[in-house]
Amino acid sequence: MLRDDLIEYSLHTHHSEDTGKKIRKKIFFVTILLTAITVGEVLLGAFIHQNSSVWPLVKWTFIILTLLKAGYIVMVFMHLGDEKKWLRNVILVPYFLFVAYLIFIAIWEALEVGSAVATYGN
Amino acid sequence: MGDHAVQLDSKTLWGGKESPFSTSYGKLMMWFFLVSDALTFTGLLIAYGYTRHAAQAAWPIGEETFNSMPFLGHGYPLLYVALMTFILIVSSVTMVLAVEAGHRMDKKGVIKWMIATIIGGFFFVGSQAWEWSHFIHGSEFGKIELADGSQAIVRGHFGEIENFTVVQAGSHLKVGSVVTSDLLHQFQHAAETGGLFKSTEMVNNLKNQKDIIAALKVDTAGKVGAKATQDNLKNKLAGLKKDLEAIKSKSSNNGVIILHDGSIAKINKKADEHLILITKKSGSKYKVGDKPIEGKKASELYYTSLQEGVQNKVVYGANLKQNEYGPQQYGQFFFFITGFHGFHVFSGVIINIIICIGVVMGTYHKRGHYEMVEKTGLYWHFVDLVWVFVFTFFYLL
Repeated sequence: MLRDDLIEYSLHTHHSEDTGKKIRKKIFFVTILLTAITVGEVLLGAFIHQNSSVWPLVKWTFIILTLLKAGYIVMVFMHLGDEKKWLRNVILVPYFLFVAYLIFIAIWEALEVGSAVATYGN
Repeated sequence: MGDHAVQLDSKTLWGGKESPFSTSYGKLMMWFFLVSDALTFTGLLIAYGYTRHAAQAAWPIGEETFNSMPFLGHGYPLLYVALMTFILIVSSVTMVLAVEAGHRMDKKGVIKWMIATIIGGFFFVGSQAWEWSHFIHGSEFGKIELADGSQAIVRGHFGEIENFTVVQAGSHLKVGSVVTSDLLHQFQHAAETGGLFKSTEMVNNLKNQKDIIAALKVDTAGKVGAKATQDNLKNKLAGLKKDLEAIKSKSSNNGVIILHDGSIAKINKKADEHLILITKKSGSKYKVGDKPIEGKKASELYYTSLQEGVQNKVVYGANLKQNEYGPQQYGQFFFFITGFHGFHVFSGVIINIIICIGVVMGTYHKRGHYEMVEKTGLYWHFVDLVWVFVFTFFYLL
Protein backbone atom coordinates (compact mmCIF):
# COMPACT_ATOMS: atom_id res chain seq x y z
CA MET A 1 0.00 0.00 0.00
CA LEU A 2 1.08 3.51 -0.75
CA ARG A 3 1.92 5.35 2.43
CA ASP A 4 1.16 9.01 2.57
CA ASP A 5 2.80 9.66 5.91
CA LEU A 6 6.35 9.21 4.66
CA ILE A 7 8.12 12.45 4.10
CA GLU A 8 9.10 12.51 0.46
CA TYR A 9 9.11 16.20 0.17
CA SER A 10 8.55 17.53 -3.31
CA LEU A 11 10.91 20.47 -2.85
CA HIS A 12 13.78 18.04 -2.64
CA THR A 13 12.97 15.90 -5.66
CA HIS A 14 16.02 16.99 -7.55
CA HIS A 15 17.06 14.73 -10.36
CA SER A 16 20.22 13.92 -12.24
CA GLU A 17 21.20 14.73 -15.82
CA ASP A 18 20.20 11.21 -16.95
CA THR A 19 16.72 11.37 -15.45
CA GLY A 20 16.44 14.84 -16.97
CA LYS A 21 17.09 13.42 -20.41
CA LYS A 22 14.34 10.86 -19.94
CA ILE A 23 11.90 13.52 -18.75
CA ARG A 24 12.71 15.80 -21.68
CA LYS A 25 12.16 12.91 -24.10
CA LYS A 26 8.69 12.49 -22.65
CA ILE A 27 8.04 16.23 -22.90
CA PHE A 28 8.94 16.26 -26.59
CA PHE A 29 6.74 13.24 -27.22
CA VAL A 30 3.79 15.03 -25.61
CA THR A 31 4.53 18.22 -27.58
CA ILE A 32 4.40 16.39 -30.89
CA LEU A 33 1.27 14.52 -29.85
CA LEU A 34 -0.56 17.72 -28.83
CA THR A 35 0.46 19.47 -32.05
CA ALA A 36 -0.59 16.51 -34.18
CA ILE A 37 -4.00 16.37 -32.46
CA THR A 38 -4.53 20.12 -33.03
CA VAL A 39 -3.59 19.85 -36.72
CA GLY A 40 -5.94 16.87 -37.08
CA GLU A 41 -8.76 18.79 -35.45
CA VAL A 42 -8.32 21.80 -37.71
CA LEU A 43 -8.29 19.61 -40.82
CA LEU A 44 -11.46 17.84 -39.69
CA GLY A 45 -13.10 21.19 -38.93
CA ALA A 46 -12.11 22.70 -42.26
CA PHE A 47 -13.17 19.81 -44.46
CA ILE A 48 -16.24 18.37 -42.73
CA HIS A 49 -19.11 20.82 -42.50
CA GLN A 50 -21.68 20.94 -39.76
CA ASN A 51 -24.52 19.94 -42.07
CA SER A 52 -22.74 16.77 -43.21
CA SER A 53 -24.06 13.40 -42.06
CA VAL A 54 -20.88 12.41 -40.21
CA TRP A 55 -20.83 15.65 -38.20
CA PRO A 56 -22.10 14.08 -34.91
CA LEU A 57 -19.21 11.61 -35.09
CA VAL A 58 -16.74 14.44 -35.76
CA LYS A 59 -18.20 16.43 -32.88
CA TRP A 60 -17.66 13.63 -30.40
CA THR A 61 -14.18 13.02 -31.84
CA PHE A 62 -13.39 16.67 -31.06
CA ILE A 63 -14.62 16.32 -27.48
CA ILE A 64 -12.68 13.09 -26.87
CA LEU A 65 -9.49 14.51 -28.43
CA THR A 66 -9.88 17.61 -26.25
CA LEU A 67 -10.14 15.50 -23.11
CA LEU A 68 -7.08 13.55 -24.27
CA LYS A 69 -5.12 16.78 -24.76
CA ALA A 70 -6.28 18.06 -21.38
CA GLY A 71 -5.25 14.79 -19.77
CA TYR A 72 -1.73 15.02 -21.15
CA ILE A 73 -1.38 18.66 -20.10
CA VAL A 74 -2.55 17.96 -16.55
CA MET A 75 -0.75 14.67 -16.01
CA VAL A 76 2.58 15.44 -17.72
CA PHE A 77 3.01 19.22 -17.93
CA MET A 78 1.44 19.92 -14.57
CA HIS A 79 3.05 16.80 -13.05
CA LEU A 80 -0.20 15.68 -11.46
CA GLY A 81 0.64 12.17 -12.63
CA ASP A 82 3.75 12.27 -10.43
CA GLU A 83 1.98 13.50 -7.32
CA LYS A 84 0.60 11.33 -4.55
CA LYS A 85 -2.50 9.39 -5.47
CA TRP A 86 -4.65 11.18 -2.94
CA LEU A 87 -3.58 14.63 -4.02
CA ARG A 88 -4.69 13.63 -7.50
CA ASN A 89 -8.03 12.41 -6.20
CA VAL A 90 -8.68 15.47 -4.06
CA ILE A 91 -8.23 17.69 -7.11
CA LEU A 92 -9.92 15.66 -9.82
CA VAL A 93 -12.80 13.77 -8.19
CA PRO A 94 -14.81 16.68 -6.70
CA TYR A 95 -14.25 18.72 -9.87
CA PHE A 96 -15.48 16.01 -12.22
CA LEU A 97 -18.47 15.12 -10.06
CA PHE A 98 -19.62 18.72 -9.97
CA VAL A 99 -18.96 19.45 -13.63
CA ALA A 100 -20.66 16.28 -14.86
CA TYR A 101 -23.73 17.27 -12.88
CA LEU A 102 -23.63 20.86 -14.13
CA ILE A 103 -23.29 19.82 -17.78
CA PHE A 104 -26.16 17.37 -17.45
CA ILE A 105 -28.52 19.82 -15.76
CA ALA A 106 -27.67 22.82 -17.96
CA ILE A 107 -27.81 21.12 -21.35
CA TRP A 108 -30.98 19.22 -20.46
CA GLU A 109 -32.63 22.43 -19.31
CA ALA A 110 -31.44 24.31 -22.42
CA LEU A 111 -32.92 21.70 -24.77
CA GLU A 112 -36.23 21.84 -22.91
CA VAL A 113 -36.28 25.65 -23.01
CA GLY A 114 -35.37 25.57 -26.71
CA SER A 115 -38.17 23.15 -27.60
CA ALA A 116 -40.66 25.04 -25.43
CA VAL A 117 -39.85 28.31 -27.22
CA ALA A 118 -40.05 26.54 -30.59
CA THR A 119 -43.50 25.15 -29.69
CA TYR A 120 -45.16 28.03 -27.88
CA GLY A 121 -43.14 31.09 -28.96
CA ASN A 122 -41.49 33.57 -26.66
CA MET B 1 13.55 9.99 -5.11
CA GLY B 2 12.78 10.86 -1.54
CA ASP B 3 15.67 11.69 0.68
CA HIS B 4 14.66 10.75 4.22
CA ALA B 5 17.76 12.26 5.69
CA VAL B 6 16.62 15.75 4.76
CA GLN B 7 15.75 17.75 7.82
CA LEU B 8 12.62 19.78 7.34
CA ASP B 9 11.83 22.65 9.66
CA SER B 10 8.37 22.91 11.12
CA LYS B 11 7.48 25.94 8.96
CA THR B 12 7.91 23.91 5.79
CA LEU B 13 5.74 21.22 7.35
CA TRP B 14 2.88 23.69 7.85
CA GLY B 15 3.74 23.87 11.56
CA GLY B 16 2.86 20.18 12.00
CA LYS B 17 4.66 16.91 11.92
CA GLU B 18 4.05 16.00 8.32
CA SER B 19 3.28 17.76 5.09
CA PRO B 20 -0.08 16.70 3.61
CA PHE B 21 0.29 14.76 0.36
CA SER B 22 4.06 15.40 0.61
CA THR B 23 3.44 18.76 -0.98
CA SER B 24 4.38 22.22 0.12
CA TYR B 25 1.72 24.60 1.33
CA GLY B 26 2.23 26.94 -1.65
CA LYS B 27 1.86 24.22 -4.25
CA LEU B 28 -1.27 22.79 -2.69
CA MET B 29 -2.85 26.23 -2.49
CA MET B 30 -1.94 26.84 -6.13
CA TRP B 31 -3.79 23.65 -7.00
CA PHE B 32 -6.82 24.69 -4.97
CA PHE B 33 -6.82 28.08 -6.70
CA LEU B 34 -6.58 26.39 -10.09
CA VAL B 35 -9.53 24.13 -9.27
CA SER B 36 -11.63 27.15 -8.36
CA ASP B 37 -10.50 29.03 -11.46
CA ALA B 38 -11.26 25.95 -13.55
CA LEU B 39 -14.78 26.01 -12.12
CA THR B 40 -15.15 29.64 -13.23
CA PHE B 41 -14.20 28.80 -16.80
CA THR B 42 -16.35 25.67 -16.69
CA GLY B 43 -19.28 27.83 -15.64
CA LEU B 44 -18.67 30.23 -18.52
CA LEU B 45 -18.38 27.49 -21.11
CA ILE B 46 -21.45 25.68 -19.80
CA ALA B 47 -23.40 28.96 -19.89
CA TYR B 48 -22.29 29.26 -23.51
CA GLY B 49 -23.47 25.71 -24.17
CA TYR B 50 -26.78 26.45 -22.48
CA THR B 51 -27.41 29.55 -24.60
CA ARG B 52 -26.43 27.77 -27.77
CA HIS B 53 -28.70 24.78 -27.12
CA ALA B 54 -31.63 26.99 -26.17
CA ALA B 55 -31.16 29.43 -29.08
CA GLN B 56 -33.54 29.33 -32.02
CA ALA B 57 -31.54 31.33 -34.54
CA ALA B 58 -28.71 29.68 -36.44
CA TRP B 59 -25.52 29.69 -34.37
CA PRO B 60 -22.35 30.88 -36.12
CA ILE B 61 -20.00 28.20 -37.36
CA GLY B 62 -16.33 28.49 -36.44
CA GLU B 63 -14.83 27.88 -39.86
CA GLU B 64 -17.20 30.44 -41.43
CA THR B 65 -16.55 33.10 -38.79
CA PHE B 66 -12.82 32.75 -38.27
CA ASN B 67 -11.29 32.30 -41.70
CA SER B 68 -8.80 35.15 -42.01
CA MET B 69 -5.05 35.33 -41.79
CA PRO B 70 -2.94 38.46 -41.29
CA PHE B 71 -1.61 39.74 -44.67
CA LEU B 72 -3.35 36.93 -46.56
CA GLY B 73 -7.04 37.87 -46.29
CA HIS B 74 -9.94 35.42 -46.18
CA GLY B 75 -10.32 31.78 -47.03
CA TYR B 76 -8.21 30.12 -44.32
CA PRO B 77 -10.73 28.47 -42.00
CA LEU B 78 -9.49 28.12 -38.41
CA LEU B 79 -5.85 28.38 -39.45
CA TYR B 80 -5.18 31.45 -37.35
CA VAL B 81 -6.75 29.97 -34.21
CA ALA B 82 -4.76 26.81 -34.77
CA LEU B 83 -1.62 28.92 -34.95
CA MET B 84 -2.55 30.60 -31.66
CA THR B 85 -3.14 27.17 -30.10
CA PHE B 86 0.25 26.02 -31.35
CA ILE B 87 1.97 29.11 -29.91
CA LEU B 88 0.39 28.43 -26.52
CA ILE B 89 1.29 24.73 -26.58
CA VAL B 90 4.91 25.59 -27.42
CA SER B 91 5.08 28.14 -24.61
CA SER B 92 3.68 25.50 -22.28
CA VAL B 93 6.46 23.16 -23.37
CA THR B 94 9.17 25.76 -22.77
CA MET B 95 7.68 26.31 -19.31
CA VAL B 96 7.85 22.62 -18.45
CA LEU B 97 11.46 22.61 -19.68
CA ALA B 98 12.18 25.49 -17.31
CA VAL B 99 10.71 23.46 -14.43
CA GLU B 100 12.80 20.47 -15.46
CA ALA B 101 15.95 22.61 -15.55
CA GLY B 102 15.03 23.82 -12.06
CA HIS B 103 15.03 20.25 -10.79
CA ARG B 104 18.63 19.97 -11.98
CA MET B 105 19.49 23.32 -10.30
CA ASP B 106 20.45 24.58 -13.77
CA LYS B 107 19.97 28.31 -13.33
CA LYS B 108 20.98 29.22 -16.90
CA GLY B 109 18.55 26.66 -18.30
CA VAL B 110 15.70 28.01 -16.19
CA ILE B 111 16.35 31.58 -17.39
CA LYS B 112 16.58 30.52 -21.02
CA TRP B 113 13.31 28.58 -21.02
CA MET B 114 11.44 31.14 -18.95
CA ILE B 115 12.34 33.92 -21.37
CA ALA B 116 11.14 31.71 -24.22
CA THR B 117 7.87 31.19 -22.35
CA ILE B 118 7.41 34.92 -21.82
CA ILE B 119 8.00 35.61 -25.51
CA GLY B 120 5.45 32.92 -26.42
CA GLY B 121 2.97 34.53 -24.01
CA PHE B 122 3.39 37.94 -25.62
CA PHE B 123 2.91 36.39 -29.05
CA PHE B 124 -0.34 34.83 -27.90
CA VAL B 125 -1.68 38.06 -26.37
CA GLY B 126 -0.72 39.90 -29.56
CA SER B 127 -2.48 37.31 -31.71
CA GLN B 128 -5.57 37.68 -29.61
CA ALA B 129 -5.49 41.46 -30.03
CA TRP B 130 -5.40 40.98 -33.80
CA GLU B 131 -8.26 38.52 -33.65
CA TRP B 132 -10.38 40.83 -31.51
CA SER B 133 -9.73 43.73 -33.82
CA HIS B 134 -10.71 41.61 -36.79
CA PHE B 135 -13.83 40.33 -35.02
CA ILE B 136 -14.89 43.87 -34.08
CA HIS B 137 -14.33 45.37 -37.53
CA GLY B 138 -15.80 42.40 -39.35
CA SER B 139 -15.83 41.60 -43.04
CA GLU B 140 -16.18 44.03 -45.95
CA PHE B 141 -19.63 42.63 -46.70
CA GLY B 142 -21.22 42.39 -43.26
CA LYS B 143 -24.53 40.68 -42.56
CA ILE B 144 -27.35 41.81 -44.84
CA GLU B 145 -31.11 41.86 -44.39
CA LEU B 146 -32.73 40.82 -47.67
CA ALA B 147 -36.00 42.08 -49.13
CA ASP B 148 -37.99 39.12 -47.76
CA GLY B 149 -36.86 39.83 -44.17
CA SER B 150 -34.28 37.05 -44.02
CA GLN B 151 -30.72 37.73 -42.88
CA ALA B 152 -27.66 36.35 -44.61
CA ILE B 153 -23.92 36.44 -44.11
CA VAL B 154 -21.81 37.01 -47.18
CA ARG B 155 -18.66 35.18 -48.23
CA GLY B 156 -16.45 35.96 -51.17
CA HIS B 157 -13.89 38.46 -52.34
CA PHE B 158 -14.92 42.11 -52.03
CA GLY B 159 -13.89 44.11 -55.09
CA GLU B 160 -11.70 47.02 -54.09
CA ILE B 161 -13.29 50.51 -54.11
CA GLU B 162 -11.16 52.73 -56.37
CA ASN B 163 -12.68 56.16 -55.76
CA PHE B 164 -15.84 58.24 -55.40
CA THR B 165 -16.49 60.75 -58.21
CA VAL B 166 -18.84 63.55 -57.21
CA VAL B 167 -21.77 63.93 -59.61
CA GLN B 168 -23.93 66.36 -57.60
CA ALA B 169 -22.24 69.05 -55.52
CA GLY B 170 -22.69 69.28 -51.78
CA SER B 171 -21.72 72.02 -49.33
CA HIS B 172 -18.04 71.21 -49.79
CA LEU B 173 -17.22 69.09 -52.79
CA LYS B 174 -17.78 70.24 -56.39
CA VAL B 175 -18.95 68.15 -59.33
CA GLY B 176 -16.04 66.18 -60.70
CA SER B 177 -13.94 66.06 -57.52
CA VAL B 178 -12.56 62.63 -56.72
CA VAL B 179 -12.41 61.17 -53.23
CA THR B 180 -9.63 58.63 -52.83
CA SER B 181 -9.04 58.19 -49.10
CA ASP B 182 -10.86 56.32 -46.33
CA LEU B 183 -13.12 54.75 -48.97
CA LEU B 184 -14.19 51.49 -47.32
CA HIS B 185 -14.93 53.23 -44.04
CA GLN B 186 -17.13 55.86 -45.73
CA PHE B 187 -18.81 53.16 -47.83
CA GLN B 188 -19.66 51.03 -44.78
CA HIS B 189 -20.81 54.04 -42.78
CA ALA B 190 -23.13 55.04 -45.63
CA ALA B 191 -24.44 51.46 -45.89
CA GLU B 192 -25.27 51.39 -42.17
CA THR B 193 -26.99 54.76 -42.17
CA GLY B 194 -28.88 54.40 -45.44
CA GLY B 195 -26.59 56.49 -47.65
CA LEU B 196 -26.19 54.09 -50.58
CA PHE B 197 -28.49 54.31 -53.60
CA LYS B 198 -28.78 52.86 -57.09
CA SER B 199 -28.44 56.17 -58.89
CA THR B 200 -28.66 59.94 -58.55
CA GLU B 201 -32.20 59.79 -59.95
CA MET B 202 -33.15 57.48 -57.11
CA VAL B 203 -31.78 59.89 -54.50
CA ASN B 204 -33.62 62.83 -56.03
CA ASN B 205 -36.79 60.83 -56.55
CA LEU B 206 -36.85 59.78 -52.89
CA LYS B 207 -36.11 63.35 -51.81
CA ASN B 208 -39.00 64.70 -53.90
CA GLN B 209 -41.33 62.04 -52.51
CA LYS B 210 -40.35 63.06 -49.00
CA ASP B 211 -41.02 66.73 -49.77
CA ILE B 212 -44.46 65.97 -51.20
CA ILE B 213 -45.41 63.79 -48.24
CA ALA B 214 -44.37 66.62 -45.93
CA ALA B 215 -46.42 69.11 -47.96
CA LEU B 216 -49.44 66.79 -47.91
CA LYS B 217 -49.21 66.57 -44.14
CA VAL B 218 -49.35 70.35 -43.86
CA ASP B 219 -52.26 70.33 -46.29
CA THR B 220 -54.37 67.76 -44.46
CA ALA B 221 -53.91 69.85 -41.34
CA GLY B 222 -55.99 72.38 -43.24
CA LYS B 223 -53.45 75.17 -43.48
CA VAL B 224 -53.34 75.37 -47.27
CA GLY B 225 -56.73 73.89 -47.85
CA ALA B 226 -57.45 73.68 -51.55
CA LYS B 227 -58.48 70.22 -52.65
CA ALA B 228 -57.13 70.75 -56.13
CA THR B 229 -53.62 71.28 -54.77
CA GLN B 230 -53.91 68.13 -52.70
CA ASP B 231 -54.96 66.02 -55.68
CA ASN B 232 -52.19 67.51 -57.72
CA LEU B 233 -49.64 66.54 -55.08
CA LYS B 234 -51.06 63.03 -54.77
CA ASN B 235 -50.83 62.54 -58.53
CA LYS B 236 -47.25 63.76 -58.49
CA LEU B 237 -46.41 61.32 -55.68
CA ALA B 238 -47.94 58.41 -57.57
CA GLY B 239 -45.91 59.41 -60.61
CA LEU B 240 -42.71 59.53 -58.59
CA LYS B 241 -43.42 56.11 -57.10
CA LYS B 242 -43.88 54.69 -60.59
CA ASP B 243 -40.63 56.33 -61.72
CA LEU B 244 -38.86 54.82 -58.71
CA GLU B 245 -39.84 51.29 -59.78
CA ALA B 246 -38.41 52.00 -63.21
CA ILE B 247 -35.21 53.40 -61.70
CA LYS B 248 -34.83 50.41 -59.40
CA SER B 249 -35.29 47.88 -62.20
CA LYS B 250 -32.46 49.47 -64.20
CA SER B 251 -29.06 47.84 -63.78
CA SER B 252 -27.20 50.04 -61.33
CA ASN B 253 -23.53 49.25 -61.83
CA ASN B 254 -22.00 50.27 -58.50
CA GLY B 255 -24.51 52.85 -57.37
CA VAL B 256 -23.95 56.17 -55.68
CA ILE B 257 -23.04 57.27 -52.18
CA ILE B 258 -24.07 60.34 -50.22
CA LEU B 259 -20.92 61.80 -48.68
CA HIS B 260 -20.60 63.67 -45.39
CA ASP B 261 -21.20 67.11 -46.96
CA GLY B 262 -24.38 65.96 -48.71
CA SER B 263 -22.82 65.61 -52.14
CA ILE B 264 -23.69 62.61 -54.26
CA ALA B 265 -20.80 60.61 -55.70
CA LYS B 266 -20.55 57.74 -58.14
CA ILE B 267 -18.81 54.69 -56.66
CA ASN B 268 -16.03 53.25 -58.80
CA LYS B 269 -15.40 49.74 -57.60
CA LYS B 270 -13.90 46.54 -58.92
CA ALA B 271 -16.26 43.59 -59.28
CA ASP B 272 -16.78 41.20 -56.36
CA GLU B 273 -15.78 37.60 -56.88
CA HIS B 274 -17.28 34.30 -55.70
CA LEU B 275 -20.10 35.98 -53.82
CA ILE B 276 -22.12 33.59 -51.64
CA LEU B 277 -25.07 34.39 -49.36
CA ILE B 278 -25.63 32.01 -46.44
CA THR B 279 -29.02 32.49 -44.76
CA LYS B 280 -28.76 32.82 -40.99
CA LYS B 281 -32.28 33.95 -40.18
CA SER B 282 -35.31 32.75 -42.12
CA GLY B 283 -37.51 35.18 -44.02
CA SER B 284 -40.60 34.62 -46.14
CA LYS B 285 -38.53 33.34 -49.07
CA TYR B 286 -35.07 32.25 -47.94
CA LYS B 287 -34.76 29.83 -45.00
CA VAL B 288 -31.96 28.79 -42.67
CA GLY B 289 -30.36 25.60 -43.93
CA ASP B 290 -31.17 26.29 -47.61
CA LYS B 291 -28.38 25.91 -50.13
CA PRO B 292 -26.26 29.10 -50.19
CA ILE B 293 -27.28 31.63 -52.85
CA GLU B 294 -24.51 32.00 -55.42
CA GLY B 295 -23.42 33.89 -58.49
CA LYS B 296 -25.27 36.79 -60.11
CA LYS B 297 -28.35 36.31 -57.98
CA ALA B 298 -26.36 36.66 -54.76
CA SER B 299 -24.82 39.88 -55.99
CA GLU B 300 -28.20 41.24 -57.12
CA LEU B 301 -29.93 40.46 -53.82
CA TYR B 302 -27.07 41.87 -51.78
CA TYR B 303 -26.75 45.18 -53.63
CA THR B 304 -30.50 45.70 -53.98
CA SER B 305 -30.75 45.58 -50.20
CA LEU B 306 -27.61 47.65 -49.68
CA GLN B 307 -28.67 50.39 -52.15
CA GLU B 308 -32.16 50.73 -50.74
CA GLY B 309 -31.19 53.92 -48.95
CA VAL B 310 -32.55 52.48 -45.70
CA GLN B 311 -30.57 52.35 -42.48
CA ASN B 312 -29.82 49.23 -40.40
CA LYS B 313 -30.05 46.85 -43.35
CA VAL B 314 -26.46 45.76 -42.83
CA VAL B 315 -24.34 44.99 -39.76
CA TYR B 316 -20.54 45.12 -39.90
CA GLY B 317 -18.37 43.40 -37.31
CA ALA B 318 -19.40 43.11 -33.69
CA ASN B 319 -20.15 45.02 -30.53
CA LEU B 320 -22.06 44.06 -27.40
CA LYS B 321 -25.43 44.90 -28.98
CA GLN B 322 -25.19 43.20 -32.36
CA ASN B 323 -22.77 41.37 -34.60
CA GLU B 324 -22.65 40.14 -38.15
CA TYR B 325 -21.90 36.54 -37.16
CA GLY B 326 -25.00 35.44 -35.27
CA PRO B 327 -27.18 36.09 -32.22
CA GLN B 328 -26.33 38.91 -29.83
CA GLN B 329 -25.21 36.49 -27.10
CA TYR B 330 -22.62 35.02 -29.44
CA GLY B 331 -20.67 38.28 -29.50
CA GLN B 332 -21.05 38.75 -25.77
CA PHE B 333 -19.74 35.27 -25.00
CA PHE B 334 -16.90 35.73 -27.46
CA PHE B 335 -15.77 38.92 -25.76
CA PHE B 336 -16.22 37.58 -22.24
CA ILE B 337 -14.73 34.10 -22.57
CA THR B 338 -11.78 34.89 -24.81
CA GLY B 339 -11.30 38.17 -22.94
CA PHE B 340 -11.23 36.46 -19.56
CA HIS B 341 -8.80 33.89 -20.92
CA GLY B 342 -6.66 36.61 -22.51
CA PHE B 343 -6.58 38.39 -19.17
CA HIS B 344 -5.29 35.17 -17.58
CA VAL B 345 -2.59 34.89 -20.24
CA PHE B 346 -1.58 38.49 -19.69
CA SER B 347 -1.37 38.12 -15.90
CA GLY B 348 0.50 34.84 -16.44
CA VAL B 349 3.10 36.68 -18.52
CA ILE B 350 3.49 39.31 -15.79
CA ILE B 351 3.90 36.64 -13.08
CA ASN B 352 6.42 34.82 -15.28
CA ILE B 353 8.42 38.03 -15.70
CA ILE B 354 8.47 38.61 -11.92
CA ILE B 355 9.61 35.05 -11.20
CA CYS B 356 12.16 35.22 -14.02
CA ILE B 357 13.68 38.29 -12.38
CA GLY B 358 13.87 36.27 -9.14
CA VAL B 359 15.67 33.50 -10.98
CA VAL B 360 18.15 35.92 -12.52
CA MET B 361 18.84 37.43 -9.08
CA GLY B 362 19.51 33.97 -7.70
CA THR B 363 16.77 34.08 -5.06
CA TYR B 364 15.62 30.53 -5.69
CA HIS B 365 19.10 29.11 -6.21
CA LYS B 366 20.02 30.29 -2.70
CA ARG B 367 16.83 28.71 -1.37
CA GLY B 368 18.04 25.34 -2.69
CA HIS B 369 15.05 24.63 -4.90
CA TYR B 370 13.12 26.14 -7.81
CA GLU B 371 9.63 25.37 -6.57
CA MET B 372 8.53 28.93 -7.30
CA VAL B 373 9.12 28.24 -11.00
CA GLU B 374 7.09 25.07 -10.69
CA LYS B 375 4.18 26.98 -9.13
CA THR B 376 4.04 29.67 -11.82
CA GLY B 377 4.44 26.82 -14.27
CA LEU B 378 1.25 25.29 -12.89
CA TYR B 379 -0.59 28.53 -13.53
CA TRP B 380 0.84 28.82 -17.03
CA HIS B 381 -0.13 25.26 -17.98
CA PHE B 382 -3.57 25.91 -16.63
CA VAL B 383 -3.95 28.83 -19.04
CA ASP B 384 -3.00 26.48 -21.87
CA LEU B 385 -5.47 23.91 -20.54
CA VAL B 386 -8.33 26.41 -20.60
CA TRP B 387 -7.45 27.40 -24.16
CA VAL B 388 -7.71 23.76 -25.27
CA PHE B 389 -11.33 23.78 -24.14
CA VAL B 390 -12.13 27.27 -25.49
CA PHE B 391 -10.62 26.21 -28.83
CA THR B 392 -12.87 23.17 -29.02
CA PHE B 393 -16.13 24.59 -27.76
CA PHE B 394 -15.92 28.06 -29.25
CA TYR B 395 -14.13 27.49 -32.54
CA LEU B 396 -14.48 23.84 -33.56
CA LEU B 397 -17.98 22.86 -32.53
